[in-house]
Amino acid sequence: MTMLRPQPPGTPLPVPSPFSAPYWEGCSREELRYLRCANCHLAIADAPRICWRCHSRDLRWEKSGGRGRLYSWTIVWRPQTPVFEVPYSVAIVQLDEGIFVVSSIIGCQPEDLVDGMEVAFEFHPVNDELKLPYFRPVFPGGSPPPD
Amino acid sequence: MAHPFRDAAIVGVFNTTQARSLPDHDSLSIAIEGALGGLKDAGLGVADVDGVIGERAGELAYELRLGPCRRSINALGIPAVLEAAALITTGQCQVVLVVGGSAGIYTDRASTAPWTRPTNEFVVGYGMFTAVEFALMAKRHMLTFGTTSEQLAVVAATIRNNGHLNPDAVYFGRGPFTPEDILASRPIAEPFHLLDCSTTSEGGCGLVLTTADRAADLKQPAAWILGGGSDAYGPSYQHGPIWDFTGRPGQPVPAGYVGRRAAGAAFSAAGLSPSDVDVCELYDPFSFEIIRQLEAFGFCPDGEGGAFVSDGTIGPGGRFPVTTDGGTMSFGHPGNSTQMLQRVIRSVQQVRGTCASAQVPGAEVAMCSNGGSGALFNDVMLVGAGRP
Repeated sequence: MTMLRPQPPGTPLPVPSPFSAPYWEGCSREELRYLRCANCHLAIADAPRICWRCHSRDLRWEKSGGRGRLYSWTIVWRPQTPVFEVPYSVAIVQLDEGIFVVSSIIGCQPEDLVDGMEVAFEFHPVNDELKLPYFRPVFPGGSPPPD
Repeated sequence: MAHPFRDAAIVGVFNTTQARSLPDHDSLSIAIEGALGGLKDAGLGVADVDGVIGERAGELAYELRLGPCRRSINALGIPAVLEAAALITTGQCQVVLVVGGSAGIYTDRASTAPWTRPTNEFVVGYGMFTAVEFALMAKRHMLTFGTTSEQLAVVAATIRNNGHLNPDAVYFGRGPFTPEDILASRPIAEPFHLLDCSTTSEGGCGLVLTTADRAADLKQPAAWILGGGSDAYGPSYQHGPIWDFTGRPGQPVPAGYVGRRAAGAAFSAAGLSPSDVDVCELYDPFSFEIIRQLEAFGFCPDGEGGAFVSDGTIGPGGRFPVTTDGGTMSFGHPGNSTQMLQRVIRSVQQVRGTCASAQVPGAEVAMCSNGGSGALFNDVMLVGAGRP
């Protein structure tokens, strides 16, 4: 049985910018944050300088509900570098707020992953200060329990 | 109106020795071999050159004593050739060298190539590299359209068998391969097995472009640019490869079909459609990308690429033979522009009718491409035997 797990400490570290610092501060508090445009209300991934839709500079951090659906994924057997333990997953999750994020699915077997399955975030440390969001299937085994 | 590229001709093409490693070379020395080889093929000398394009154009201008010349530091492939043509048709240059070379760069084979690992803070922790980036696009296509690993394996076997027969390929004589062989190779990033992926290797190349008037007196038959285009959605290998990502308002093409707008521009300039193409020298970083590009460029409807490649259409003697030299999977995959320019070189060889293997009889129109969905860019060019 192959269980997908978070990576051990030692993987490459994110280098926050002045624009993204609140995102990482949120991660350290186990909050998944994202930017929303105060003008047109678009939810936006990463830490852009302007709103993609209306070009407003007034972007504000909000707290995600932390749920989303699996959009695409791959199971990696040849690691990027030897510090990564295989197999690991790289996934694109569409959060319920609408934005797409790159992450990794853990807590299940590769065969359990299904298009559109519901996933929820959890945080794992990459060092003493930084935590990284991962996602775990809400229904282990890949589908909701029968009614 | 006269065709925009009517007055620029490709008159010299050359690939240096390609190998897994070239221990006697660095990138500049193998680029010099590519430049001189291209000039020799054209029957020209350094004294004729007044323009040089490539990631090392500055060094080449110095090492080859080309000055005073136009130099353009351009690490791309097809866009560099289109730039060379534009320099000629606008009268800025008479003879332009387009040069690539890569050696001694990728040495830590325990890790993936460093330039393919994202540094973007939002994805750096998750272990992405090219196979992952292209797999995330391929997987979405498979989920949406039911494309199968077996269909991907047909592509990989076809291209690897082209390389198996090409005496100039790094993996010459290393086949033949069946789709079952591809599926039996070890997994890298699902759905990709080892043999679904490009290799890494070293080598150089050079192309020479000049005016139509001058081309008429040279030793090789000219090859002509019938149309070209280039599409990008952002920097390569930094952001999530999301099939449905879109750009500016009014442009509904998702990132998964990057290259569609570029191909439309190329076909429009040429006055051609996919059915006029004799050979597809498509860029093949991963098997799936051939399926995707055939859809993006209009060779088959969206979602039908998997079935399209499965009945011999892309193989030798098929309606649209693909990547006939073995491509980046088998012919060679030197970093930066070389791997890209080699798609143009093979297209020129096809329309000249001089391929040592897998020559498509009577080929008059070749389509070539660079990049792909996982890299968020895709460049295309149509190369013809006849002056447009």
